[in-house]
Amino acid sequence: MKTTFTALVAAAITAAAPAMADLVVPNLSYRTGPFAAGGIPYADGFNDYFTLLNERDGGIGGEKIQVPECETAYNTEKGVECYESTKGMGALVYNPLSTGITYQLIPKVTADGITLYTPGYGRTSAANGKIFEWVFNYPANYWDGASVAIKYLLSQNGDDLKGKKIALLYHNSAYGKEPIRTLEELSKKHGFTLSTLPIDSPGQEQKSQWLQVRREKPDYVLFWGWGVMNQVAIQEAANIKFPMENFVGIWWSGSENDVKPAGAGANGYKAITFNGVGMDYPIYADLKTYVYDAGKASGAGDQEGSVIYSRGMYAAVVIAEAIRKAQELAGHSAVNAAEVRAGFEALEITDARMAELGLAGFGQAFAATCADHGGPGGAMIQQWDAAAGKWMLTTDFIAPDDEVLGPLVAEDSAAYAKENNIAERCN
Amino acid sequence: MFYREAGDFKTSYREDSQTFPIKFDRLRFYAVLAVAYGVIPLLINDYWASAVFVPFLIYSIAAIGLNILVGYAGQVSLGTGGFMAVGAYACYKLMTAFPEVSIFIHVLIAGGITAAVGVLFGLPSLRIKGFYLAVATLAAQFFLVWLFNKVPWFYNYSASGQINAPERSIFGVIVTGAQTSAMAKYMFCLIMLTIVAVIARNLTRGTVGRKWMAIRDMDIAAEIIGVNPLTTKITAFAVSSFFIGIAGALFFSVYLGAAEVGEAFGIQKSFLILFMVIIGGLGSIFGSFAGAAFLVLLPVLLKNLLVGTLGWPTDLAAHIELMIVGALIVIFLIAEPHGLAQLWRVAKEKLRLWPFPH
Repeated sequence: MKTTFTALVAAAITAAAPAMADLVVPNLSYRTGPFAAGGIPYADGFNDYFTLLNERDGGIGGEKIQVPECETAYNTEKGVECYESTKGMGALVYNPLSTGITYQLIPKVTADGITLYTPGYGRTSAANGKIFEWVFNYPANYWDGASVAIKYLLSQNGDDLKGKKIALLYHNSAYGKEPIRTLEELSKKHGFTLSTLPIDSPGQEQKSQWLQVRREKPDYVLFWGWGVMNQVAIQEAANIKFPMENFVGIWWSGSENDVKPAGAGANGYKAITFNGVGMDYPIYADLKTYVYDAGKASGAGDQEGSVIYSRGMYAAVVIAEAIRKAQELAGHSAVNAAEVRAGFEALEITDARMAELGLAGFGQAFAATCADHGGPGGAMIQQWDAAAGKWMLTTDFIAPDDEVLGPLVAEDSAAYAKENNIAERCN
Repeated sequence: MFYREAGDFKTSYREDSQTFPIKFDRLRFYAVLAVAYGVIPLLINDYWASAVFVPFLIYSIAAIGLNILVGYAGQVSLGTGGFMAVGAYACYKLMTAFPEVSIFIHVLIAGGITAAVGVLFGLPSLRIKGFYLAVATLAAQFFLVWLFNKVPWFYNYSASGQINAPERSIFGVIVTGAQTSAMAKYMFCLIMLTIVAVIARNLTRGTVGRKWMAIRDMDIAAEIIGVNPLTTKITAFAVSSFFIGIAGALFFSVYLGAAEVGEAFGIQKSFLILFMVIIGGLGSIFGSFAGAAFLVLLPVLLKNLLVGTLGWPTDLAAHIELMIVGALIVIFLIAEPHGLAQLWRVAKEKLRLWPFPH
């Protein structure tokens, strides 16, 4: 009895690693916990695009794609476990959608030789390909986001922010702290005063921070929130009657789930985005035919076209394109992790290619190089229209201030290189 | 039949008062050590190390630490996460400030620093007891997490507030950083755990441990028979925090490699380790191991069973897993309020008479 139980236990623990021949792109998702509101649509978008490729095209270059999912609950310990349990399947690229897990995985993927793709999150200085060989974060990162937000505010104020007060309300974690250094530099350059208000995870309690906003009366509030804290912040802002058009969130703080609970009070709230929103893209016709109507949609199938869903899909599109590029470079379709990295580094997505994919104008065109893993970093501003229940894009892509960001990226990546004895590549 | 004192003659006081007086127990203990040191390191891979063994070993150290305070000395503490954070940040500061010193020394010093902090937060225990002390230690938890978030010196002014473990080695074997082999991680934690467990076991069998238990059982009576409550409570806090600090240092440097204080050492960590101690059994070193095994291995096992073998959706499995673990805790505590250690004790009693109970 005891031995059979032990055998069963051993079998159950080892059962997680079956050998597979297909292209494996693990999806470290989180559908539970305080950040599930963002994790679910992202994971669904990510899965659905690969399902579409499998159903419509038979995979990439004739190779089917496997997307084993592993639940991290946005927790770094579970993230480690998920990474270890999926890497044995022949994982080609990871996209954990968590800055904390990204920080943990950067040294691990570098040692194991697997690409880490962190679009719009993770360690910003990974944009420097000279130091971070295995990490890619194009098309945009947090420092780009911070810079775009300030540039947008500049354009609203006749290019002058002197004497203005800007508050940064952020998730008290690596994710929320990322933009502080950039904003400090920008405040020196443009002469606005910056105050930082941390909110402890998960962020359901923000009364004191909003009291401080009321007291300090900042002209603008920038917001780095995620998960359940987004809805709370927008509700609190509506409660104190903070002018919504002066409240600007990062791309992770601007989904339908975040604004809907506040009802009409959320009208006018703005968020940055590096991808298009809505369902007016031809790709959705294909998704409908091959995925939704075929009953193969991931999860509950109720997230189509939402902002975060689109972003998850965008990440999948870039990964698929990188794998395609890798197949082209390698000359065979069953690519390995090292070949996929080469694909990421040689990747160029043009506007014409985006149109071919059925996503014209959805994301910026970019081309990676050995040194540049960060892309152009442009982003748009979207605004919530509560009456229509839709996000409206109010600007075109705004380019970030590379004059400020360039030295910051160089400085931070140099510090990492020194800590870990990494020699510069690409010279 | 084979599990009994009869026939095992002790001819010296030393033999008479050894940890495992029964021969079978001794053999079993050596067998476990032999497997842990001789067999597992040869078979271990990255997955088994990172998902199963390393967290189990580290949580065992933390549970032993907390068990000394809660189980042996009777001082309830909810500050475990905060004390682990002290160990982790102390280790990080030492690793980056003195890269030439061995990581083994750093981990021990990190434990020492945590012991000092633990003593500081243990001082209120001289005046307050029970729930009130729990609240005071809860304050330590929140204060320490806030401190490590607020003061950039602790994380060397990094942009994100994250601390990252640089690569360090012992006798040429890399034990921290990404290049660490599964075996090195496992062996380093195992050696630490062995040292901690042997010290803890012997402390609790000697004068110090008896004083702790006297204070736990009735502090006034203990004081009357000559136990000094000041030194007793303070030593309990010091020893407990020392072990918890070692666990925190290993947790950050060997297991996670990068940590963020609010996420890795938050209040949920304090509760997790307290649950380990309660489920395992208060006042038992074996119980600390059992509790850590229960709460570390069961979720991994259930996840692999539900998602890997049965193919359930990950979110459903995650929710069911919480429900199953929660239900098992409740059932266990109803069936055996003294924890897994008591089950073990009962089993041993039965084994003594087996197979002729009458």
